[in-house]
Amino acid sequence: MSKDILVVAEHFNGKIADVTFEMVGKARELAAGLGGKVVALVIGAGVEANDLASDATLQVNEPALTEFNPEAYARIVEAVVQEQAPRLVMFGWTSMGMDLAAWLSGRTGAPCAAYVRDLRLENGGLVISCQAYNGKLIAEVEPQGEMTIAACLAGSFPTEAGRGATAATSIPSPIALDSLRVRFVEAIQPPPGDVDITTQAKLVAVGRGIGGKENIELAEELAEKLGAVVAASRPVVDAGWLPRTRQVGKSGLKVKPKLYLMLGISGAPEHLEGMKDAELIIAINTDKKAPIFNVAHYGATADLFEVAEAMLELL
Amino acid sequence: MNIVVVLKHIPSVADELPVRGNQVDFDSVDFVLNEWDEQSLEQAALIKEALGGTVTAIGVDVIGELDNLLHLALAKGADRAVKIAADDAGADSHRQAKWLSEAIRPMAPDLVLVGVQASNDIDGQLGPLLAAYLDLPYIGVVSSIEVQDGTALMNKEFAGGFGARYSVRLPFVAGVQVAPKPPRYAPVSKIRQIAQTAKIEVLEPSGEADSGLVFRKVAPPVVSGHAEMIEGSPKEIAARLVALLKERGLA
Ligand SMILES: Cc1cc2nc3c(=O)[nH]c(=O)nc-3n(C[C@H](O)[C@H](O)[C@H](O)COP(=O)(O)OP(=O)(O)OC[C@H]3O[C@@H](n4cnc5c(N)ncnc54)[C@H](O)[C@@H]3O)c2cc1C
Repeated sequence: MSKDILVVAEHFNGKIADVTFEMVGKARELAAGLGGKVVALVIGAGVEANDLASDATLQVNEPALTEFNPEAYARIVEAVVQEQAPRLVMFGWTSMGMDLAAWLSGRTGAPCAAYVRDLRLENGGLVISCQAYNGKLIAEVEPQGEMTIAACLAGSFPTEAGRGATAATSIPSPIALDSLRVRFVEAIQPPPGDVDITTQAKLVAVGRGIGGKENIELAEELAEKLGAVVAASRPVVDAGWLPRTRQVGKSGLKVKPKLYLMLGISGAPEHLEGMKDAELIIAINTDKKAPIFNVAHYGATADLFEVAEAMLELL
Repeated sequence: MNIVVVLKHIPSVADELPVRGNQVDFDSVDFVLNEWDEQSLEQAALIKEALGGTVTAIGVDVIGELDNLLHLALAKGADRAVKIAADDAGADSHRQAKWLSEAIRPMAPDLVLVGVQASNDIDGQLGPLLAAYLDLPYIGVVSSIEVQDGTALMNKEFAGGFGARYSVRLPFVAGVQVAPKPPRYAPVSKIRQIAQTAKIEVLEPSGEADSGLVFRKVAPPVVSGHAEMIEGSPKEIAARLVALLKERGLA
């Protein structure tokens, strides 16, 4: 086993994604403590991969893999891991990393920590903090064995320490690509039209607590009075109460408004990914233990309908 | 089509989550169906409606109350219900996935559907672990699956509304984020009726796996800043909020 850390890079539209810089920065800190190197693995040709602060960047130069292919990526990572025997393999807890991390754990028997918020070294061993139970609890775990897999929540570490100028080295694909069962067909673009919530100064965001489509009107009224636009958590969109264009979070949009007024949103890590940098966050929630109160600037344990109605009367 | 849908019975995050020792105090929390499993159940039902076949619902019975979820699955279109009688409230994903893989392999499914994640997946999700143990491809964060001639055409979501369409040769394991339609409603009367006649197959856990994680501590997050809480009646809260927004030129 080496003391090295393998960071499985994520990219989109030919550019390295922020979560990769975040992980490389964290990996550098850990590698310094372990006395190992940081190796970034970029799968796909045509990705601009010379801007990482890794000790080495390996790029699998296959044009066919520039688009994510869960089967091919998984097997390539497995092959590279077998060859390099790293101490730690880092993935993003993202749409891509969620397909790979636990699979690699099942294949190799190495422990996997998911929902990772932080990693540190104690007496040479890794201690990992996982943001479990929708953000209500943090589990601190010590992985056993020689290799550990960590799937890190986006936004957990600063990106700066991961930015550098390491030139990527091309490597051929370690696996045959002609017998894959999974084939990329085409990219799907976001639905056009509607307001762009990422450019709004004020958002009134509704969550599952809004209860039904018929109650969206109340949020619309409040938003109108405030000169804001209505945004939503994912379940509201999945239920068809608001269009996909209004979704904030991991699989939705990232927003940074001056005001983010939240009605009935619990504050799951996937929602926080999209809004935690808003300038003023106000949360109304009936659950005084809702994780959103750890992030909001102002909060009230109250019924959203009563508060919204009362605000409407005052505005 | 022989579809297997995996159910995970997990502690509810709607309430407080008391901790005992290094774990959630499983005795004093409610267990619920993982919310994404409702989506995979719906996706399974939609494929069955389109192509025919059978849907088998299966889960690890961690607290001895899985029957309720299996009855719900039967009411929503599953044909067969199987539970792995484990009685192990703290069974991690690795252990559950191993038991499930041993139970599912002989079923020779065309498709295994699992919720994309569960809030207690500290050691990773069931889906990719099952795929690894069954030696099948895995694709997660899926928002639609259509099957034709031994191949599935499916959509996977990335961020910001972007996604990709894949074609995947059967069999494989999919982690469902959302079904193309909201989950159907099963009336309580129907579930009750099914509960009276349903036959649930019971399997003993077989196979061994372990997350390899030692839990040091489980606790609510220590936060650098908690929201400044505004107390009072809804009217008082509203007045304070409106004043605050006006102060800042936001209203
Ligand atoms: C891969 C992946 C990607 C995801 N991407 C996103 C994403 O982009 N965006 C996103 O939001 N989620 C996303 N999720 C889902 C996420 O995990 C949570 O399920 C979701 O954020 C929860 O939304 P919510 O807070 O509205 O609902 P819940 O968690 O159900 O919270 C509802 C809240 O409303 C409160 N409430 C109920 N009634 C009232 C009332 N009358 N007054 C006041 N409060 C009330 C409750 O106390 C509760 O806290 C994703 C999940 C996965 C697996």
